Amino acid sequence: MFKLKYDDFLIKNEDGTYSMPPEQIVRDETEKNRWKNTGFTILKDWRLYLMLVPMILVYLLWKYMPMTDLVGAFKDYNTPGASQVADYRWFGLNNFANLFFGTDAAEFWPAFRNTFTIAFYNLLFGFPTPIILALFFNEIRSNVVRSIMQVCVYLPKFLSTVVVTTIALLLFRKGSTTSEPGILSQFLSKLAPNNDVFQEALKGGLFYSARYFRSLFVITELWEHAGYDSIVFFAAVIAVSPTSYEAAQIDGAGKMAQMRYVVIPSILSTVVIMLIMKIGGLLSVGYEKVYLLYDNGNKATSDIVATLANRWGDGRGIAADMANNLIGMILVLGANTVARKAANVSLY
Amino acid sequence: MKRKMEASELIFKIVAYVILIIFALLCIYPLLYVLGSMFSSSDAVGDRAVVLWPMIGSNGEYHIGFSGTAFLKAFQDTAFWVSYSNTLFITFIGTIWCMVYSILGAYALSKKRLLGRHGFNFFLVFTMWFSAGIVPQYINYLKTGEAMAAIVGAGSMYDIDLKWLIVIAMGMNATNIILLRNAFEGVPSEIEEAARIDGATELQILWQVYIPMSKATIATVALFFGISRWNGYFWASKVLGEGSEGQSYSWPVQVKIRDIINKETDLINIYSTDDDHLYANAAEGTSVLYAMVVLAIIPVLVIYPFIQKYFAKGVNMGGVKE
Repeated sequence: MFKLKYDDFLIKNEDGTYSMPPEQIVRDETEKNRWKNTGFTILKDWRLYLMLVPMILVYLLWKYMPMTDLVGAFKDYNTPGASQVADYRWFGLNNFANLFFGTDAAEFWPAFRNTFTIAFYNLLFGFPTPIILALFFNEIRSNVVRSIMQVCVYLPKFLSTVVVTTIALLLFRKGSTTSEPGILSQFLSKLAPNNDVFQEALKGGLFYSARYFRSLFVITELWEHAGYDSIVFFAAVIAVSPTSYEAAQIDGAGKMAQMRYVVIPSILSTVVIMLIMKIGGLLSVGYEKVYLLYDNGNKATSDIVATLANRWGDGRGIAADMANNLIGMILVLGANTVARKAANVSLY
Repeated sequence: MKRKMEASELIFKIVAYVILIIFALLCIYPLLYVLGSMFSSSDAVGDRAVVLWPMIGSNGEYHIGFSGTAFLKAFQDTAFWVSYSNTLFITFIGTIWCMVYSILGAYALSKKRLLGRHGFNFFLVFTMWFSAGIVPQYINYLKTGEAMAAIVGAGSMYDIDLKWLIVIAMGMNATNIILLRNAFEGVPSEIEEAARIDGATELQILWQVYIPMSKATIATVALFFGISRWNGYFWASKVLGEGSEGQSYSWPVQVKIRDIINKETDLINIYSTDDDHLYANAAEGTSVLYAMVVLAIIPVLVIYPFIQKYFAKGVNMGGVKE
């Protein structure tokens, strides 16, 4: 139905036969019919394009439409007599100026610093731990024992944030004059009996102390993710050929030398890729968890940009979150560029 | 010939075993503790007498035993079961909805002949790089709710059942779509051509060739979607108005559990020793809370063994694309 006619291409001779046109003419004709051809291809495959429609709609409505509301970052939410964002007067970059240098800086910068600090600690401890776990898993020759352990360490990843925070709060809950604090607090208090500040924090609920919040948060992150994140590295470690180990052993390499010269070089590319990916996602600290653990007692160290934006809920909040997300995007794209240059892999 | 183990190797092995055993125990200990507390008497929970095994007794005299009181209390809590059924609904319908548009979209994206393929891919991947942020998303969900209310002819979004808003508008995951796309790209095109010559339509090819050939990935992705639906909290609580009783009959179980904690902070932080009545109430509430947490975890535990064999593969596919 949608085929090009032969006459479009072939030259009809006087005796009724056809002959091939010169190449240039074919090229010109194809070029002339390019949009026609494109239209035909789409029409022929209309079912394929129809299949895309629901996904595109969902993403347009609930991922791209919210971006139009970013306009609130450039509006004055204190406009007198206006009740809708559309009626608010334009505010230029004043929201951002207030955040960075003005009236809101006192709240924004601590939140921004907390976001970075938590993210940095998360990277510092959350990145090497899965690699070490993977190296250790490789030492376990019994498949049954290893599987049992893996089942245990992957499991926390699948619990909800609400469940994780509820359990964490209960394990470290406050004590009273007659009753001990939560069970893990009891255990920790035996480890450092002479540290008064620590003992006091344990009594008052460890999560409500600004001093220990970050450490505790990183520990719960490790508990949740370290086991599951080791999967990728474990796959890389078991891919190392046994002959490499044997060759190293014949050369007299001990365990450490094998690690240094056989295992580490083999998994290095995976490690580099995962590191770059982690740096890319640095600022997307799990805000749901911080939100659930946020408390007046720990807000000095627990208030991150996302929770601050959520609490403000106005133009300032939109602007703060937008600044944070833009930096996050720059990190992702930068990390991806580095990955492409350094390891010749693209994550997207 | 069995090689003699070097000393350094032996030490490393021992260290590996010890650390892994400790880590694995630490990973499951909190869950076992919650389970133990659930079957303990409320006094034992209030006095923090539980270490691992369920404890019963009162007034400082505790011994290992079994008490089903907390579980029964949780079992009789109607509001809890309403929220439980809401979560089941959201998980079931929401996963199906996400799978339908994800599979259709991923199938189209996997076709090289799709014009503007790179553009559509970018459209999808861009949402992984940049999101509008919490406040704009919240505004958008409110607008969606109002639009849905207008469509069914209700006055405001709080007159309609907002479970549907959660089902339709939330739980998107671009990574899952890319996983599916990669799986579909791995299906040999000869099979598709053969089916096409036999006169199969696009949908038939998808349904009878591609889906059966990517069963592992589809199962993984469905379970990923399902788990994230089951665990979803933040937006559900924002939209359904946690604390304000906005639409408590639509609350999913996560919101319900958190609401209990928010309302009665005493449950976690029993401090009052002067008021015996309050103390006893709070202790009982805490053990009921333990029971609810366990009930909220059980479905994940049931599904977990089935995903476990798939997801190592899924992670590897999703991580890096060369």
